[in-house]
Amino acid sequence: MISALAPAPSKLAAERKKSSERGRRLGSRGGNIAAGIAAWAIGLLFVFPVFFMVLTSLHSEVNASTNPPSFFAPLTLDGYREFFGASSGASPWPPLINSATASIISTILVILLAIPAAYALSVKPIKKWTDAMFFFLSTKMLPAVAGLLPLYIIARYLGLLDNINYLLILYTAMNLPIAVWMMRSFLADIPVELFEAAAIDGAGLVRTLRSIIVPIISPGIAATALICFIFAWNELLLANTLTSVIAGTAPVFLTSFVTSQGLFLAKVCAAATIVSLPVIIAGFAAQDKLVQGLSLGAVK
Amino acid sequence: MATTTATPLDTKAEAKAAKKKEPKPSFNERWLDKRGWIRRFPLLPALVFTIILTQIPFVATIIISFMNWEAQNPTEIAFGTLDNYVQVFTDPALRSSVFFTIVLTVTVVLVSLALGLGISLLLNRKFFGRGAVRTMMITPFLIVPVAAALLWKHAIYNPVYGLLNGLLTMIGVEAQPDWITDFPRLAIELQLIWYWTPFMTLILLAGLQSRPGDILEAANVDGASAWQTFRFITMPHMRRYLELGGLLGSIYVIQTFDTVFVMTAGALGTANLPFTVYETLYSAQNYGLASAQGVVVVIFSIAIATFLLRTVSTLFEES
Repeated sequence: MISALAPAPSKLAAERKKSSERGRRLGSRGGNIAAGIAAWAIGLLFVFPVFFMVLTSLHSEVNASTNPPSFFAPLTLDGYREFFGASSGASPWPPLINSATASIISTILVILLAIPAAYALSVKPIKKWTDAMFFFLSTKMLPAVAGLLPLYIIARYLGLLDNINYLLILYTAMNLPIAVWMMRSFLADIPVELFEAAAIDGAGLVRTLRSIIVPIISPGIAATALICFIFAWNELLLANTLTSVIAGTAPVFLTSFVTSQGLFLAKVCAAATIVSLPVIIAGFAAQDKLVQGLSLGAVK
Repeated sequence: MATTTATPLDTKAEAKAAKKKEPKPSFNERWLDKRGWIRRFPLLPALVFTIILTQIPFVATIIISFMNWEAQNPTEIAFGTLDNYVQVFTDPALRSSVFFTIVLTVTVVLVSLALGLGISLLLNRKFFGRGAVRTMMITPFLIVPVAAALLWKHAIYNPVYGLLNGLLTMIGVEAQPDWITDFPRLAIELQLIWYWTPFMTLILLAGLQSRPGDILEAANVDGASAWQTFRFITMPHMRRYLELGGLLGSIYVIQTFDTVFVMTAGALGTANLPFTVYETLYSAQNYGLASAQGVVVVIFSIAIATFLLRTVSTLFEES
């Protein structure tokens, strides 16, 4: 997406005359080293809470709750054992499995719905169809609270409260706009002639999608899937309103750590680490496409 | 937004011009246009699905917002009242939550945009370990929001064993503030800034890297100073990306629920609108009022979204 904004050339020309040699990059290398040091410092500052989380999760409860912090205390997996219910008996597996179910199945549904939609929108980009694109985009901006109450009431009357299937259908709707926009931006790179050739050779819709579109944009599909997975895995508002003991997801399970329970910092950090792990893995895997997904495909 | 079919202005003008040239096909012609339907069909499942699950509930929310409906008094359900809206804007607690929603969104978005711009300018230079720093910068954004809020609440802000007070002890400062109780809004804002700065950095970095290389080179050859390049080439180019980051950030931050829910549970003046909607619905079971609050959130979002759609559409037209 090269947006070549005219950089006011006349002004530049005027400035050029004024600018003397001293104005030239004062040793670009020196500048880069200074920038590098500043960038490292800021990067470390931002990652430090995450590092501290992982470190604390590997400390014993006693060492985790000292003031000043004991960074070099011996490492142990007790926090993780506690999280997996060593003494309390409360297993985090059902919520983790619920989260995995909701995230993975909703992502598959999203991709299945988004590929044909994005294809329809990019193969014949009639003006009117931008309206459809913007309609999808606009639903992404509809805050979840806008439909929360009716969704809750519907669930209550249909007996769908605390039902993971209901949640995963809602996650599908939540992520569909992002997926359609991302897919469209990937499909926009494919020359239209390819679709036309397929049509002339008599390929139907399903054939075109399966044999031509999907293989070409499969890296894009993977990135889209990872981003939809992240959004579904992170979601709390809908999950907290619509599920409880049976279909509660991992973020809902995490809310049980909101109030302090004595010495439990290592356990909390272990919980936060475990629940974040799938997102960290998916995020690093999709690192290059992350921006494209977050900006709804507007930035490449 | 449900109701805004924001079409870029020039597209509308073009469409109008096109309409004048060709006679509009009659309804019958359009209905029987088989090729059109074949092309349109793949879009339908996604479209229908989205309409059913996002638009219909929203319409229901609007309708319920004009109703007097409390779950405890099912016999007194009545339609046709503006009480809920009056209450949103007159009840001091609710007014405070409207106000805090605005403060929170503006503060978090502006600060993380400014930080993101600075950091992306640094990351755009060549230095040792650039990839590693970029990865470190992204990491906060990959922590599940609830987990991030728990981490900050217990491991960082805790007055007894939290990291902040621990560091204060290490450098010999006696004061041990109770961060969340003493500075509740600031505590939430700081955590959200930490979470959203990576997002801004990523978008702005992508913008910096899409600057046209030939123009940068020309500026360099012509002897433009670093400041001049920044002022006359980088900033005009980055305007769009700053807008995009700011608007998208606003849409997301205005919906913040997890952090408020975990850190303060809305106490100490930190209840924002999404949290208040949740509470009105879940604890107070006042359906009419909760809907009116939801509609107010949507109205705020529409205002932001209108600008966002315009920005996105200009970025798209350039591609």
